Amino acid sequence: MTLDVNELGAIPAAWTRRHLLGLEDLSADELNIILDAAEMFRDATHDCTRKISVLTGRTAANLFFENSTRTRISFSLAMRRLGGDVVDFASGSSSMSKGETVIDTAKNIEAMGVDVVVCRHRTPGTTHLLANNLRCSVINAGDGPHEHPTQGLLDILTIRQRRGTLAGLTVALVGDIQFSRTARSNIWGLRKLGAHVILCGPSTLVSPLWREMGVEISHNLDAILPRCDVLNLLRIQFERQSTRPFPSVREYALLYAMNRQRIERAKDGVLILAPGPINRGVEVTPDVADGPHSVILEQVTNGLAVRMAVLWLICGASARELD
Amino acid sequence: MASILIRGGRIVDPSQEIDRTGDLLLRDGKVVGIDVDVMPADVDETIDATGLIVTPGLIDMHVHLREPGREEDETIATGTASAVAGGFASIACIPNTNPPIDTQATVEFIQHQAVRADNCNVFVVACVSKNREGKELAEIGQLVAAGAVAFSDDGAPVYDAELMRRALEYCSMFDKPILNHEEVLELTRGGAVMHEGLVSTILGLPGMPSAAEDVMVGRDIALAEATGGRVHVMHISTAGAVELVRRAKRRGVPVTTEVCPHHFTLTDECLRTFDSNYKMSPPLRSRDDVEACLDGLIDDTIEVICTDHAPHALEKKMQELDVAPFGIVGLETCLPLVITHLVIPGHLTWPQAIRKMTINPARILGVDKGTLRPGADADVTIIDPELNWTVDPQQFKSKSKNSPYGGHELTGRAVVTIVGGRVKYQLHGCPT
Repeated sequence: MTLDVNELGAIPAAWTRRHLLGLEDLSADELNIILDAAEMFRDATHDCTRKISVLTGRTAANLFFENSTRTRISFSLAMRRLGGDVVDFASGSSSMSKGETVIDTAKNIEAMGVDVVVCRHRTPGTTHLLANNLRCSVINAGDGPHEHPTQGLLDILTIRQRRGTLAGLTVALVGDIQFSRTARSNIWGLRKLGAHVILCGPSTLVSPLWREMGVEISHNLDAILPRCDVLNLLRIQFERQSTRPFPSVREYALLYAMNRQRIERAKDGVLILAPGPINRGVEVTPDVADGPHSVILEQVTNGLAVRMAVLWLICGASARELD
Repeated sequence: MASILIRGGRIVDPSQEIDRTGDLLLRDGKVVGIDVDVMPADVDETIDATGLIVTPGLIDMHVHLREPGREEDETIATGTASAVAGGFASIACIPNTNPPIDTQATVEFIQHQAVRADNCNVFVVACVSKNREGKELAEIGQLVAAGAVAFSDDGAPVYDAELMRRALEYCSMFDKPILNHEEVLELTRGGAVMHEGLVSTILGLPGMPSAAEDVMVGRDIALAEATGGRVHVMHISTAGAVELVRRAKRRGVPVTTEVCPHHFTLTDECLRTFDSNYKMSPPLRSRDDVEACLDGLIDDTIEVICTDHAPHALEKKMQELDVAPFGIVGLETCLPLVITHLVIPGHLTWPQAIRKMTINPARILGVDKGTLRPGADADVTIIDPELNWTVDPQQFKSKSKNSPYGGHELTGRAVVTIVGGRVKYQLHGCPT
């Protein structure tokens, strides 16, 4: 499918979703619609000067009940680049601290005339709760360790951009799988697009139950390294863990940090991704994070394009439903 | 007091091994007998029970009435109204109220409120420990004197093994059981909301492993064996716990157990909707655990079916999954779920099912209920076994509507509930 930015207006007929809550439910076709649209937006706006006014008059509300820097800024920029408006909400300074429920907060913001709510929350399923109780569209910007669909999409877009296709690639997600929403969204997206997925990390953070979902499990990074086309290095989510799942950061880094020695044993041209924020020296050493294999900043650029695509598709689908 | 003749029903009374068609006569609040010679003119009221099942008044030994302290969720009046609407003539209420039921005065308050409500019999389960803190024994002797039938710190387990040991020893003096919530809390901390397994792994929700229940059940069985005190395992939910109880019973350990309908009808797959009406403790488990609960019901390892009726006001449940409280209402769906999921598919016969809801809980609690023998209290439940209906929680008599069964099409329900010889519930238009 070729999309011409000058002929924007109608979204692909195959796209019907008003919400984006996760990648588990999406088909490969739907994933490709988003990725193609994101590529188009990226090419059209890569010089950062053009504004594409397809969402003029539309408003997105960022409801971030958990901290975020890049995701919130990325969604805000994406909406503005499409000509729409953005309002920001942070839970600390709001009536949430006066005991208002999350549904009431969201309904009040919706009542001010919001078309799409972009929500991040510590608890899995909260975006589903909002989608079931609001009339406007809901985009999941991370619900606890469950899903972070736009992060999964931007990771996949970055790989596709470098390799042309996902089919047949071996992609390892390394580190804290248990508490990572990025891992889950990647697993679903990568599998549907034909990649082989390896989950690699300490046994306390990588459940063997994932095998039932058709992914490979490993606890030995050095053993899988020579087979991987892509390594996605996940941050240790210390803030979500009630018991520390390994004896020390030092031991973790010895076993799983991506460093120069490991890069030398990896495939030529291996891609290093990290969803950020990165802990330098824990999951990745600075020379690797800033080295030639790293596509970490491309991920951030692609994140903007993916969010423009998602906002455009979601708003388009809900407008069509109203017709 | 009036007399009632219930004519032509299938009388199922497992306490007397009775399962036959007959006429049941009640007079002056007591059972007169079956097929007693009586002139129709001498009876004040006749109920035609043709095609219906007549059983001793059902007993639910695990109900949270919330009063005193959380009247926004349920009161003794609304909870007992819900009970009779579900066919229960007797319930036992659990003491995790505010204040908790740990003094004679609180026991008597419950009893007075139950009399004022005038719906069903309410038996009081009192706290094992003072203020339900798990530190010191409550005044168990005084609580028994006030009428407490059993002891429990439910909501929480009796955690300290030494306290549990002493409680079992002390309660055995009064021949009262301890009903324990079986959970090793270290294994479920960190905001666990559901069963730990593939579904929790996919959803990223912190899980409660089966081992958290199994380990505590193992401890309690060992303590029951050591002390001779009676342990009743509340709301059993794992295959491992069912097997532990089965083996303990074979050895003659004084252990009994109960299961709730949600643990033999639903699995953790339900949490994929993120609906907090699927959040309870213990959580909905795996398909294997559901099968194990069914097996336990069939071989009588599990001798009681109860509800763990746990009302929560809508505003509390309509929250994020980690904030929403544990528990669901169950009084008005329990019997229909038993009929639909146990009796109709042939897992249990009618007498087997009714036994687990009448004489078995009565014996564990040591109350003279759950039987239709002549002279017994005239508590009777009349069941239409073929009535098809759709669950609508808004129709519940309970103050709270937190049920996962809304929209479920069920077969069978209580149409008349008689308590002490008086009709306390009659489904509109039934029996016709």
